[in-house]
Amino acid sequence: MSRDEIKAELEQFLEAEFSPDLSLIEWRQRLVSAGWAAPLWPEAYFGRGFSQAQAAVVTQVFAERRIVGAAQVGPRRLAAETILAHGTHEQKLRYLPKILTGEHAWCQLFSEPGSGSDLAGASTRADREADHWRINGQKVWNTSAHHADFGILVARSNWDLPKHQGLSYFLIDMRQPGVEVRPLKQMNGHASFNEVFLTDAQVALDDLVGGEGEGWAVATTTLSIERQGFARGRGQSTPAEPSAGRVYRELAQELEIDNEPYTWYPQREGRPDLVLQRARETGAIESDAVRQEMAKLFCLSEAARISANQVSAHQKSGAQGVLPAGSIGKLGASVIARQAAHVHTMISGASAMLSGPRSAADGMIAETLVSVPAISIAGGTDEIQRNIIAERVLGMPKEQRMDTGPFRDIPRNSQ
Amino acid sequence: MQAVLSEDQMQFKQVIARFFDTHSTMPAVRRLSETETGFDPVVWSELSETLGLPGTHLPEEYGGHGFGPTELGIILEEMGRTLYCGPFFSSAVMAGYALACFGDEAAKIEKLPQIAAGTTRATLVLDDLNHPSKVGRLIKANQAGVLTGTAPIVLDGGSAQAFLIVAREPAGLGLFELSPTSPGVEITLQESIDMTRKIARLTLQSAPGLRLGSVTEQGLYQFWDLISVALAHEMIGGAARLLNDTVEYTKGRYQFGRPIGSFQALKHRCADLLMSLEFAKAATHHAGFCLAAGEETTIYPSMAKAMAADCFMDMARAAIQLRGGIGFTWEDDTHLWFKRAKCDEVLLGAPYQQRARMMDILQEAQDVA
Ligand SMILES: Cc1cc2nc3c(=O)[nH]c(=O)nc-3n(C[C@H](O)[C@H](O)[C@H](O)COP(=O)(O)OP(=O)(O)OC[C@H]3O[C@@H](n4cnc5c(N)ncnc54)[C@H](O)[C@@H]3O)c2cc1C
Repeated sequence: MSRDEIKAELEQFLEAEFSPDLSLIEWRQRLVSAGWAAPLWPEAYFGRGFSQAQAAVVTQVFAERRIVGAAQVGPRRLAAETILAHGTHEQKLRYLPKILTGEHAWCQLFSEPGSGSDLAGASTRADREADHWRINGQKVWNTSAHHADFGILVARSNWDLPKHQGLSYFLIDMRQPGVEVRPLKQMNGHASFNEVFLTDAQVALDDLVGGEGEGWAVATTTLSIERQGFARGRGQSTPAEPSAGRVYRELAQELEIDNEPYTWYPQREGRPDLVLQRARETGAIESDAVRQEMAKLFCLSEAARISANQVSAHQKSGAQGVLPAGSIGKLGASVIARQAAHVHTMISGASAMLSGPRSAADGMIAETLVSVPAISIAGGTDEIQRNIIAERVLGMPKEQRMDTGPFRDIPRNSQ
Repeated sequence: MQAVLSEDQMQFKQVIARFFDTHSTMPAVRRLSETETGFDPVVWSELSETLGLPGTHLPEEYGGHGFGPTELGIILEEMGRTLYCGPFFSSAVMAGYALACFGDEAAKIEKLPQIAAGTTRATLVLDDLNHPSKVGRLIKANQAGVLTGTAPIVLDGGSAQAFLIVAREPAGLGLFELSPTSPGVEITLQESIDMTRKIARLTLQSAPGLRLGSVTEQGLYQFWDLISVALAHEMIGGAARLLNDTVEYTKGRYQFGRPIGSFQALKHRCADLLMSLEFAKAATHHAGFCLAAGEETTIYPSMAKAMAADCFMDMARAAIQLRGGIGFTWEDDTHLWFKRAKCDEVLLGAPYQQRARMMDILQEAQDVA
């Protein structure tokens, strides 16, 4: 389909189907049935099989006409893309529509107290019973778990196989007695992640994704989608200003809950956007030393932006060849955030001691300084990204492993 | 604006890569770096006559091919990758762009075709190579175009067949031409850290110059951007080659019973270098696209030069460190790259000066807005 054909068909659809007086869910159901909620997805599963360039036309029309799109915040996207890649036909039909309509919120249950970077060392148990999987163990650092209806879960279904082969990947209902979610307060005062205790929690047999023992391959897909998200930053596909009408009202309510764990996320990226303005207001821009550090920051942030554009232009052109985008972008995001925090500190001087609404930029700078340490940990640490770049992109030799053989014999953290 | 190379440009790159892989091998680089003139006339005439490279970026009406900074960048990236030794940067890039930017119509009609064809190897004489604002302090021209003064660093000054000179006039700056054999011209070969690019010192004592055109302040800055972006391409080509060769070395060298490339300290250093290379490449290509699209006075040329220079130098330091003792020998090739990186780093302004310029531009843009 050409640009113009897409535009014409979409506008015709909006003309016929959109009304601000619909409920949010009713409207999104219409979007889903027509394939406009996720145009990149295949036609068989609520999409239109569009290319990136074609989908960009849809995004643009939505933005211009201030139309409410699908619900897409954070972990929902991880779940959806993973199910799309590895799920059964029935799983796709059952879960994908309600992810798009926003009826179901999701969370990612990967990390554990004993295994973070070493995700394949997970020791949450999955035991197969007659008609369900029984889950026991503890997960931790799970963002948004306190709002979630479902979780994507990695657990060990076999203890005698080598670590990577004994894992399975599940879709778990968070609203059941065996699942207990406790919020954890972070160093920046927010509580967006949680610890999740699983005690004889149940997963239906057909909520296994990929085969039994194939959890590692499925989790790898989730992780690579997650890394790409860091490089891109968090986009919000919904209209900025609220308008009159039920659908907008309900969207505002949804966002208030969905976005609650993420209000500090822009700050963990270091807020380079505030630097130039603040340097001028404070007069710090007159200092050559500050100017040098500012320029270094802008070099990094501009190059990261340009590089991301080049990657997407490269993909659009359908050209072959691997671009080392994900891990480099994630590592870049960390470096940018740290440099931005460094520059903000120089600009503030002694005032960088202050926090709260009466401090610089309504407290945003203080929040930035204490949020930046998250970006080099969440979603795979900087060190892990460097391992990935060195081994998979540069092809450098792997380190000798100490964790081969049956999982039950591998040294691990005592709990 | 363009975001990535087109199909045609990719094909062009392949042709250029093949040429320099064949004609700028490491033994050839070694041999030429030991000579006084530092280039191979046979390769020069082949790249000029067969491929027409010196005219790539010069306008068609003056004998060039009418392509832009991106195509020129492709050539320089491959030259950087193979450490090409020859007067391409001094003649085609510096002198060629200078004449195209500052020459009068008559001068361009008469002189540019020979530079574009590679039949004249010219070089541009700037009495300062740090910052455009400092040009014209050492070389002066009187009303009659008689030139006096010194340029301590002239690229390929010992072998050039023509000198284009930017000199201070009673009012403003002008572009002049001089033959190396003119009276009052003294050429002294300089020792350079970088043996792959030859340098001479030029002293003028009442040397009769031919005036070719005027150099405005704004024009000089724009010219500086053009040649800085060209140089940045050379640097990312060199940096990419160094990373590739260094990683290969770490896969083959064994210590403690394992390849040194399996040590995490080295892996992490290489991963950081790859990130810095990807960013420098993105910035440099983008700067080329901006110049090609006619965008003037953006931060991107200075940004590209600063990032490419830091990246190339970091890469060169690591290339030696990761080779250990052999990396510090004359016999190993790595020092040739290190020295090119060091000289490219400061040629046309060190990274801190480029960053200072970025900030000036950003601030001006905000003042206007
Ligand atoms: C804000 C935030 C949100 C998060 N959200 C989620 C979520 O929603 N769901 C979820 O499952 N998890 C989440 N996490 C967890 C995150 O993925 C882990 O914290 C991370 O992978 C690191 O694991 P760890 O904390 O166990 O640290 P460890 O793995 O113990 O790492 C400790 C240190 O050792 C280093 N290290 C470990 N292994 C190596 C190695 N092989 N080579 C070199 N160095 C190494 C690490 O880089 C780190 O510096 C979140 C974390 C944060 C901070």
